Amino acid sequence: MSFFKKLKEKITQQADSVTEKFKQGLTKTRDSFAGRVNDLIARYRKVDEEFFEELEEILISADVGVTTVMDLIDELKMEVKRRNIQDPKEMQEVISEKLVEIYRGDDEEYEKSAALNIQKDGLTVILFVGVNGVGKTTTIGKLAHKLKTEGKTVMLAAGDTFRAGAIEQLEVWGERVGAEVIKQSAGSDPAAVVYDAIQAAKARRVDVLLCDTAGRLQNKVNLMKELEKVKRVIEREVPGAPHEVLLVLDATTGQNAMSQAKIFKEATNVTGIVLTKLDGTAKGGIVLAIRNELHIPVKFVGLGEKMDDLQPFDPEKYVYGLFADLFEGKSEQ
Amino acid sequence: MPFEGLSERLQNVMNKIRGKGKVTEADVKEMMREVRLALLEADVNFKVVKDFVKRVSERAVGQEVLKSLTPGQQVIKVVKEELTELMGGEQSKIAVASRPPTVVMMVGLQGAGKTTTTGKLANLLRKRYNRKPLLVAADIYRPAAIKQLETLGKQLNMPVFSLGDQVSPVEIAKQALEKAKEEHYDYVLIDTAGRLHVDEALMDELKQMKEVAKPDEIFLVVDAMTGQDAVNVAQSFHEQLGITGVILTKLDGDTRGGAALSIRAVTNTPIKFVGMGEKLDALEPFHPERMASRILGMGDVLTLIEKAQAAVDEEKAKELEQKMRTATFTLDDFLEQLGQVRKLGPLDEILKMLPGVNKIKGLNNIQIDEKQISRVEAIIRSMTKEEKMHPEIINGSRKKRIAKGSGTSVQEVNRLLKQFDEMKKMMKMMTNMPKGKKRGFKFPFM
Ligand SMILES: Nc1nc2c(ncn2[C@@H]2O[C@H](COP(=O)(O)OP(=O)(O)OP(=O)(O)O)[C@@H](O)[C@H]2O)c(=O)[nH]1
Ligand SMILES: Nc1nc2c(ncn2[C@@H]2O[C@H](COP(=O)(O)OP(=O)(O)OP(=O)(O)O)[C@@H](O)[C@H]2O)c(=O)[nH]1
Ligand SMILES: [Mg+2]
Ligand SMILES: [Mg+2]
Repeated sequence: MSFFKKLKEKITQQADSVTEKFKQGLTKTRDSFAGRVNDLIARYRKVDEEFFEELEEILISADVGVTTVMDLIDELKMEVKRRNIQDPKEMQEVISEKLVEIYRGDDEEYEKSAALNIQKDGLTVILFVGVNGVGKTTTIGKLAHKLKTEGKTVMLAAGDTFRAGAIEQLEVWGERVGAEVIKQSAGSDPAAVVYDAIQAAKARRVDVLLCDTAGRLQNKVNLMKELEKVKRVIEREVPGAPHEVLLVLDATTGQNAMSQAKIFKEATNVTGIVLTKLDGTAKGGIVLAIRNELHIPVKFVGLGEKMDDLQPFDPEKYVYGLFADLFEGKSEQ
Repeated sequence: MPFEGLSERLQNVMNKIRGKGKVTEADVKEMMREVRLALLEADVNFKVVKDFVKRVSERAVGQEVLKSLTPGQQVIKVVKEELTELMGGEQSKIAVASRPPTVVMMVGLQGAGKTTTTGKLANLLRKRYNRKPLLVAADIYRPAAIKQLETLGKQLNMPVFSLGDQVSPVEIAKQALEKAKEEHYDYVLIDTAGRLHVDEALMDELKQMKEVAKPDEIFLVVDAMTGQDAVNVAQSFHEQLGITGVILTKLDGDTRGGAALSIRAVTNTPIKFVGMGEKLDALEPFHPERMASRILGMGDVLTLIEKAQAAVDEEKAKELEQKMRTATFTLDDFLEQLGQVRKLGPLDEILKMLPGVNKIKGLNNIQIDEKQISRVEAIIRSMTKEEKMHPEIINGSRKKRIAKGSGTSVQEVNRLLKQFDEMKKMMKMMTNMPKGKKRGFKFPFM
């Protein structure tokens, strides 16, 4: 079955609220992005140099990154030759196929990578890391809510002892979703807070412990060391933990997200990405390159500031979201 | 960062040109391609890049680069000049209302750094301008946003106005202003909730706040790591609110910060401050030139080129080149050359300006011995005219005299003479190189 058919089948099968929500979140994105692609296709009668130039711009404006885009365009050009494509309409399928391919890379574990590694028995510890203001604390609140609705017991560790009001912010989320928050006073050692939280989680037989950390820019060596220490404490106290290290990325961020992913991965062996703020007009296209180069999968996307604005990431849907109009337009013909 | 800066990018093109010895319009076009890539990798919006490259191309093809002996450096110079100009001058002033209090509103996307920057601004106003600011907690949405500002207020020992999170931000702004007037605060800094530029309801709320508070400044706070979307955000906020300035945060990171250029280009409002850390004193005036270097990933190489240009007399350089060719380069000429190098300033400062140097192990802490150069100069000055023209006549007793006269030792005199001899040999080799490969005379640092 062709990629396109498979994709379409999947989408129509899952015409559920999740897809709807995801599409809603990406509406603005889609309007501008796919709108422009449609525009492009309508305006061009031939797949020529100009067509590719404009396509390049569309992808760059989605923060996909200039190197990735140029490689992609080169590949597309070859594909056009190989398949002897002349009608721009045929390009829709090829473009989306290639985008998913970039995301997937050569990773065989690809199919499995989206799921969260939650232990069947015993404590699961998840560490949240990322630069300042990307949405770590908020995502913890959202994920706690999600896990609770799935019947898990959840505890939160107030590991950001630095930023003004960070502990109180997490406490508000704890109240909202009904999860206990383990904290110490502002300014205390984050590793000690996490240690306390692990002991509390063990004593209370909690299913999942979500550890917040202070935002830090990846070039701050001391702060990255502090984070390594927090991770070591988790490793020492719970065998096999942390079960996930989630790097939170802001979809508004440009090419620096690659540097963030690289350095945070080096320091904490990041296992997944949460791409937040996709409810805005930014597309976060850099995750394609991050997945391709560093093999870090996106696990969730943030689509707002409320409790239930967290959705699992599905790469086909992500690409579909960007190209939805194209697919729908095509099926009518 | 994995990305090459503009200088590295241009290197390949320049090498090709060197082989040919002449710059063509096609070469310039290729260089412009590299300029475009460098800017895109720095997150400058593609539309802004397009316009910019067009402008630079015109200037470049307009002979400035074509005629230059150092086309790569010329391109960098032109690019940086245009970039710096586009980014505007240094304008770190904050408005002062004719009738106090001066009202400042902080707006922007979620997590950009508004609350933190509100604290930083208050700190700056008090410290630098001896002002008395009132902080206003008008973010009623984000969990613990009020608490965050109150904590900052406590750290600064400054009052924070709050009505809790059950009163509308418009009402909060109104009452804050009344209080400020009554109690003679001269600045009112309003922290607002982060919001998306496409969120109509919340953007309307800001418009209403503006209506009530009649701010003298509306600062758009933007994360320096923002990508292509920066233009949409800035344009939208500007259209809806009429921002008066931009504050770029988190510039203490390793981002190139191309968003600065994008924002400037679409709003045409000055970038006034940059956030350089999480602490409350980490707010600095915006330097357009430094920002331009940063976007181009260049260290401060331009300052260096400019310094070299100012210090090196073109005519003298040509004369020296001629002397080298004809092997009539004397110790006097050497002295002259040393003098020109020194005019550039302290050598370790110069090294620091070179991109990449701080990354090379061992080089970051290098200490250039300025005294050593002074001693060399002293030695040459202690020679007679004849000795300088014909150093081969310097025998043992002359060496003793020179050492004594310059306050150095015979060994040092020997070393210098040997070095000079080697230098001349090298020059001979260089001037005997086949035509075409020969380059113009250059100082080692150029
Ligand atoms: N629109 C939107 N806003 C979000 C999303 N996720 C988080 N935010 C907002 O982004 C802002 C920052 O979120 P936080 O959770 O405090 O971010 P953080 O990474 O914990 O920040 P620090 O701890 O200061 O580094 C808040 O205003 C959140 O409400 C999202 O998916 N969409
Ligand atoms: N490294 C660094 N961090 C900064 C800077 N400015 C702000 N931050 C951090 O960025 C994060 C977000 O800052 P806030 O001031 O809470 O951002 P905000 O715009 O008020 O966020 P919302 O109210 O949720 O929209 C915090 O962790 C701050 O400490 C800066 O210049 N450098
Ligand atoms: Mg946080
Ligand atoms: Mg805030």
